[in-house]
Amino acid sequence: MSQVQDYKSRVSDPASRKFETFSYLPAMSDAEIRKQVEYIVSQGWNPAVEHTEPQYLMDNYWYMWKLPLFGETDVDVVLAECKACHEANPGNHVRLIGYDNLKQSQGASMVIYRGNTK
Amino acid sequence: MAKTYQAGVKEYRATYWEPNYTPKESDVLACFKVTPQPGIDREEVAAAVAAESSTGTWTTVWTDLLTDLNYYKGRAYRIEDVPGSDAEFYAFIAYPIDLFESGSIVNVFTSLVGNVFGFKALRAIRLEDIRFPLAYVTTCDGPPHGIQVERDMMNKYGRPMLGCTIKPKLGLSAKNYGRAVYEALRGGLDFTKDDENVNSQPFMNWKQRFDFCQEAIEKAERETGERKGHYLNVTAATAEEMIKRAEYAKEIGTPIIMTDYITAGFSAHTSISRFCKENGILLHVHRAMHGVIDRNPHHGIHFRVLAKILRLMGGDHLHSGTVVGKLEGDRTATLGWIDIMREEYVKEDRSRGIMFDQDFGYMPGMIPVASGGIHVWHMPALVNIFGDDSVLQFGGGTLGHPWGNAAGACANRVALEACVKARNEGAELEKEGGNILRAAGEHSPELKIALETWKEIRFEFDTVDKLDVAHK
Repeated sequence: MSQVQDYKSRVSDPASRKFETFSYLPAMSDAEIRKQVEYIVSQGWNPAVEHTEPQYLMDNYWYMWKLPLFGETDVDVVLAECKACHEANPGNHVRLIGYDNLKQSQGASMVIYRGNTK
Repeated sequence: MAKTYQAGVKEYRATYWEPNYTPKESDVLACFKVTPQPGIDREEVAAAVAAESSTGTWTTVWTDLLTDLNYYKGRAYRIEDVPGSDAEFYAFIAYPIDLFESGSIVNVFTSLVGNVFGFKALRAIRLEDIRFPLAYVTTCDGPPHGIQVERDMMNKYGRPMLGCTIKPKLGLSAKNYGRAVYEALRGGLDFTKDDENVNSQPFMNWKQRFDFCQEAIEKAERETGERKGHYLNVTAATAEEMIKRAEYAKEIGTPIIMTDYITAGFSAHTSISRFCKENGILLHVHRAMHGVIDRNPHHGIHFRVLAKILRLMGGDHLHSGTVVGKLEGDRTATLGWIDIMREEYVKEDRSRGIMFDQDFGYMPGMIPVASGGIHVWHMPALVNIFGDDSVLQFGGGTLGHPWGNAAGACANRVALEACVKARNEGAELEKEGGNILRAAGEHSPELKIALETWKEIRFEFDTVDKLDVAHK
């Protein structure tokens, strides 16, 4: 039997914050982000990019990056917007959303660039 | 031409068997599986069921002639063989909508599964399915919020939600109980849950439980930056007491409460559901006692009917069975009642046991909750079977982790996210699940030890499908 380990998570440590779907996995590589964009497009959802300063993580409304990319199916175009948002806001969390207008919900939402929590 | 009154006993079929009847859009339709007493023919039995569940009694009465019985009566309009059984048959019965009080499942059920279930001409009878006309559906409250609103309230998108029932189910003090809640939530679960029989026992008063659990929720939210909830069970001996506890839950700002809709009673449950809708509180629903009603294949009420009436009475979550855990269910039948919980329109599909088309109109859906005997190795199959609009609840599979609840919660969260990510990338979860989990365990010591603690299950499409055949 292995030794019991402490669960390292602290209110006082900003690095303990999670940010919903996929935040318990390692940060995604560019190739992995591409696959998730392909999934969103293949579902017929509208991609959108949002970002926030890490301390305002729990707010419902993050900053929209431009407008949702309605009807955009070119994965490279979506990826370029994700990257542009990240480069313009390097310390912020950047999340990729797939708006499902038929369900009036978000079919997908994931942080693809993790902000500075040091 | 007016009829004359003749006292005495008539055969039921003379009045209640109408094989040429075409059901109206507005009729309530029911399909019963009937085992008649020997020597009674099917048409007479079906007509008797129609009569006894609607306007009829065993003898003619003069007051029948004061009404338009021909309009108000239920009609047996079809009889079918039950595949694989000579002793039983399906009786299809149509009821005019105005036999029932609007928005009252209590009233519908008092007719449809009332006295008729004790009727002597029947050896056994089971309500297999029921079609509510859209005109009736729209008179019911329906789920307080529904799936999309819950996702927005809880900020959970693109994956199933994760829960855990706190154990041991009885005997913990409120403070120790809240500790278990806090640990599970900080480790990565979205929800924890009171067990169905946790109400307000001598060892743990409800109010202290609510207070400590709320503190656990709030601290876990500050710590993780994610929204959390604990299903506070408000089920109590009286409806007034349930409302009182729900009021307190609202006062402390908790996001979700729960009831046991069968033991609490449909009326009390529906009152709580309406309270939840008016006050913006989500409602989790447990189905304790359903096994008494739905387990016997010959007698009782099928679970798909219990699920459908809950959607009409109101609930945001309902336990659905897991297909894969300790409480195994028939996979195709489970998929059928999951559709009944979630979809806007469900087509007749005999292979899933669904006997009628059902239009739910604008009524929101409920989230099926898979709970009981499942652990991390079941995750790939669960994600595949239930899809994103579900809550997967690991009780022992969280709390039984060798490093405790937080690590157990984290292990399940990592496993869930790894499966969803792989699914989005095009993986076939029920074939590749083992490798997906092992690879995810390389980045998560919590998951790695969980995978060693619980026994790997086989990853083959047909292992679970075989249950379906075995049941028939």
